[in-house]
Amino acid sequence: MAGEDQKKSFPEDFFISVGGMFYTLKEEIFSCIVFAGRVSSAVLDAFRHPGKIRKRELLYFMNLCGADGVPITFLICFLTGFILGYQCAVQMQKYGADAFLAGLVGCAMVRELSPLMVSIIATGRTGSAFAAEIGSMKVSEEVDALRTMGFMPERFLVVPKLFAMALMMPLLAIIGDIAGILGGAVIGITVLHQPLSAYYSQTVSWVRPGYFLESIIKTAVFGIIICFIGCWRGFRTGSDALAVGRSTTSSVVLSILFVIIADTILAHFFNNIFF
Amino acid sequence: MSEKNCPAIEVKDLVAKYGERIILNHISFTVPQGEILTILGSSGCGKSTLLKHLTGLYTPLSGEILLHGKSIVHAAEEEKRLLMSSFGVAYQGGALFRSFTVEENVALPLEEYTLLSREEIRKKVKEKLKMVNLDGFQHLMPADLSGGMLKRCAFARAMALDPKLLFFDEPSAGLDPVSSASLDELILQIREKTGATIVIVTHELDSIFRISDRSIMLDAGTKKIIADGKPEDLRKNCANEEVRRFLNRGKL
Repeated sequence: MAGEDQKKSFPEDFFISVGGMFYTLKEEIFSCIVFAGRVSSAVLDAFRHPGKIRKRELLYFMNLCGADGVPITFLICFLTGFILGYQCAVQMQKYGADAFLAGLVGCAMVRELSPLMVSIIATGRTGSAFAAEIGSMKVSEEVDALRTMGFMPERFLVVPKLFAMALMMPLLAIIGDIAGILGGAVIGITVLHQPLSAYYSQTVSWVRPGYFLESIIKTAVFGIIICFIGCWRGFRTGSDALAVGRSTTSSVVLSILFVIIADTILAHFFNNIFF
Repeated sequence: MSEKNCPAIEVKDLVAKYGERIILNHISFTVPQGEILTILGSSGCGKSTLLKHLTGLYTPLSGEILLHGKSIVHAAEEEKRLLMSSFGVAYQGGALFRSFTVEENVALPLEEYTLLSREEIRKKVKEKLKMVNLDGFQHLMPADLSGGMLKRCAFARAMALDPKLLFFDEPSAGLDPVSSASLDELILQIREKTGATIVIVTHELDSIFRISDRSIMLDAGTKKIIADGKPEDLRKNCANEEVRRFLNRGKL
């Protein structure tokens, strides 16, 4: 019986749910645009009155998304370089292309994998923390309290995080770059039996200084995206405790999605225009 | 009308919705300066929604809300923020910033809106905390405070800029009878010392009779104000049976 009922209501149900989906999508896009506007105005305001930036919060978040993330970033990037080196070494050895390992690992890590790994770590560590922090502040009416004090909540809750991310993410990327190259070097030395000096000179000849700039710019952009999405999802949190969990999840999923999209665009930009 | 003798709050023909539902349908009322008004009603009748409209967090579907003669509905963003800084709100759960100490919470509006020095701010915060019997607890974090202390701290923060208008959302909800009674005393003292107009959303009967000059009661069914007057009079003489039942704890 239940099956029949479901069948009967199929077309209406289908259109209602598709319509509902588009309506939600429209609402979310609108809220994102409004939030972007408010954040931009708060950031402009912060540039005009740098004295008004709350230093303590800025330092706290710089520590949270920068210094605290160094060990895990180093480890993950080192292992990424190690895995990449290992997989490539196995293939390259067959063709006698051993000498190119350093260049391959170096370029891939610095230009692409390290910024991406750093961003994925930051999404899980900081983006979700931002969403949960703002989300729970919303549930406990702290965001309302800021608003009724006549403040722009974005100025207090987003600006310090945004600056911290834009400043610290590139530093993490540099650490990640070096860790990745070291990971590759371990393979070069142990599997391919290259001397360290040869690996080093190969790396230096392949990895141009501009690639580090690419790494820095990419991670700064990704950092801003992760922070923006984390905070935006936080502000979109409903009023129950479950809502915080939902906004944290959506912040992680959306951040990864948009980081990858941005990476696609930036990869094209750097390959065709910059270099 | 000059700001001095115009009413603290004027609500005209307010229609408010929450999500897709209409919650308040064409309600109007005026609160003269210096009055303690309690907004009553059963759960879900729109008390909190009304408070959120009065404090400018929600925009009504139609109607007008004037605070000391200035519209909070039609104010531009900047003007609205200025208007919001002119009143204080104490939220149900305190809504203190958890990463700030008690002192920093109360100091925040002073740091942002006044040109006082650090020392002057500290003095002013001490004075406000003394008023709510929390002097000496400056360096505690909100997580270390009891329910009653949280609310008193929220009062202190709401009063930081000496506003002429205060909103309290369910101040005695979730408190033991003794703390609740002392909070009522505190509200009366605040009015006595500052002369502020105070609007309170509550359904604690003891508080209603103890502190309010006047009460309005909202009804979930009709979405209107079904009673307006002194709570004691309403309890005895209100024509609406539901109002009498509410004020007599369900008995008639």
